[in-house]
Amino acid sequence: MSKKQKNRIKEVVMYAVLIIVGLVMIYPLIWMFFASFKSNQEIYGSLAILPESFSWEAYVDGWKGFGGNTYAHFFKNSFLLVMPTTLLTVASSALTAYGFARFDFRGKKLMFMLLLSTLMLPNAILVIPRYAIFRTLKVLDSYWPFYLMGAFACYPFFTYMLIQFLRGLPRDLDESAYIDGCGTLKTFTHILLPLLKPALFSAGLLQFLWTYNDYFNSLIYINSVSKYTVSLALRLSLDAESVVVWKNVMAMSCVAVLPVVVLFFFCQKYFVEGIATTGLKG
Amino acid sequence: MKTSMNSKRNSKAYLYLAPWIIGMLVLQLYPFVVSIYYSLCNYTGLADPVFIGADNYIRLFTKDKEFQKSLWATVQYTLYTVPCKIIMSLLIALLLNKGRKGIGAMRTLYYLPSLFGGSIAVAILWKVMFMDNGLVNALLNLVGIETVSFFGNPKTALPTLSSLEVWQFGSSMVMFLAALKQVPASLYEAARIDGAGRLRSFFSVTIPQISPIIFFCIIMQTVNALQNFTSAFVITAGGPVKSTYMLGLKLYNDGFLYNKMGYASATSWIIFILVVGFTLVLFASSKFWVFYGDES
Repeated sequence: MSKKQKNRIKEVVMYAVLIIVGLVMIYPLIWMFFASFKSNQEIYGSLAILPESFSWEAYVDGWKGFGGNTYAHFFKNSFLLVMPTTLLTVASSALTAYGFARFDFRGKKLMFMLLLSTLMLPNAILVIPRYAIFRTLKVLDSYWPFYLMGAFACYPFFTYMLIQFLRGLPRDLDESAYIDGCGTLKTFTHILLPLLKPALFSAGLLQFLWTYNDYFNSLIYINSVSKYTVSLALRLSLDAESVVVWKNVMAMSCVAVLPVVVLFFFCQKYFVEGIATTGLKG
Repeated sequence: MKTSMNSKRNSKAYLYLAPWIIGMLVLQLYPFVVSIYYSLCNYTGLADPVFIGADNYIRLFTKDKEFQKSLWATVQYTLYTVPCKIIMSLLIALLLNKGRKGIGAMRTLYYLPSLFGGSIAVAILWKVMFMDNGLVNALLNLVGIETVSFFGNPKTALPTLSSLEVWQFGSSMVMFLAALKQVPASLYEAARIDGAGRLRSFFSVTIPQISPIIFFCIIMQTVNALQNFTSAFVITAGGPVKSTYMLGLKLYNDGFLYNKMGYASATSWIIFILVVGFTLVLFASSKFWVFYGDES
C-alpha cells in the first residue's frame, strides 16, 4: 500500500470516529426532542427514536404550567431576572476593568490581588452570609440579589476577562484623547468602549447563559411560585403530579433550552472567543 | 506639573472602581470572614448566632455519619469527572485540530451539550434516560445485559451522575483548540528532524506546550466539581443510601431546609479546605509537568 493510500484510510477512520462519537454526544438531545411526542408507554423500555405519531399536545399541555402560572409567565420571570443582571454585570465589570487597566493608584497591587483571589473563591462559602445580608436588606424572594451582585461587579471572571482585553489595547489611544482634552470618562465611552464591544458582547453572552441556566441561586433566593424562573418551574413540574407525564416535562425542557441554542447558533464566534479567553465553567 | 496632573487623573480610578470596591467589601470579603464566625456558632438564620466554639466541626467529624459519606462522595465525584473531562476534551481537540473540512460543524456538535451547563433540563433528561425502564437500559437489554438500576444502586449512582458532568467537556475542548493553534509548527518540524514519531512528539512537544492551559482547566474543573449541587439535587436527591449526597447538597439541606446555618457554614469551610487542598497539590505537582515558555 502506498503512503498516500495509507493516509487516506487514516483520514477516513478519523472522520468516522469523530462522527460516531459526535452522534453519541448529541443523541440524548435528539432523544429529548422526540420524547416530547411520546406517551409514557412509548418512553418506557423502548429503543425507537421516532414517536408513533406527532402531535404538539405535550407542548400545549406543558405550557399551561401550574398554580395558575403558564410557562409564558415563567419565561417572563426568567428574562426579568437574567436581562438586567447581565446588563449590570457587563457595565460594572467594564468600569472596574477600566479602573484597573488604565490607572495607577495607591493600593492597586493589593486590590488586584483581592480580585484574583475572588476568582478562586468557591461560591459555596459565600452563600449563607450573602443570604443573611439579602435578608437584612429585605430583598429575599425578589430578583434584587441578582441585580445587586451584577451592579457591584461580584462576578470576577468578567472583570478579569475585560482587564485582559483592555490591556491588549494600545495605551497611546487614550493618551492622545486625553491630550486633546477628553476627560477620563469621555475617553472611556468614546475611545475604549467601541473597541471593547466584542469582549463586552462575549461577557454578556456568557453571563446570560450562566444566569439563565443557574439553579442553585434561584432556588435559594426565590420562594413564591409566581416569581419562579423556568429552571425552578421545570424542577417543580416533576413533583406537580403524582404520575409524571414525561412528554410534558420533555417538551418544556426542549422549550427551556431553546433560547440558549438559538443564541448559540447566532453568536457562535463570540461564545468561542469568550470561552477561549476566560475558559471557565461547563 | 505633569505628576500632579497625573495623580489627579489617577485618583479618578477610585470612582470607576467604586462599585467593585463596595461589592468586594460587602458581598465577598465580609461574607468570607463572617462565614468563619458562623461556622463557630449555633446559627439558625432566624435568631442571632450564638458562639459555640469548634462544636460544629467536632460534630461533623465525630457524630455525623452523613458527613463522611458526603466527603467521600464529593472526592470521588471530583476524581471521576475531572480526569475524564480533561482526557476527553484533549482527545477530541487533537482530532479536531488537523484542519479538516467540516471541523467548525464538528466543534459545534461537541460543544452543544456544554451549553446547558448545570441546567435543570439536562438533569431531568439524565433522570429519564437512566431510569430502570429508560433508554439506556433498553440498549443494554438489546445486547443481552440485564437491567441496571442506575440510580437505585449505590455503586452505580455516582458514576452515572459523573457521566452527565463528563458529557459537558466543551469549554475545555474549546480552550485546548485555541492553545493547540498557538503551538509553533517549527517545533514539530524540529522534533521530526530529530527522529521523533507521532507519539513522541505528542508527549515531548504538544503536551508541554499546552500544559499551562491543561493546568488551568484542571484547577477550574476541580473547583466546580467540588461544589456540585444541581445534578445530585434533581436526579438522586443524594441517594441511594447517601451515596451521592455531595457536600454541596448537604450544605443546602442543612442550611436552607433544616435552618442549621452555622452547621452548614462549617460544611462550606470543609468545601473550601478541599478546594485549597486540591489546588495546593496541583500547584505542587505543576513544577514537574507544567512548562512555561520563558523557562529554558
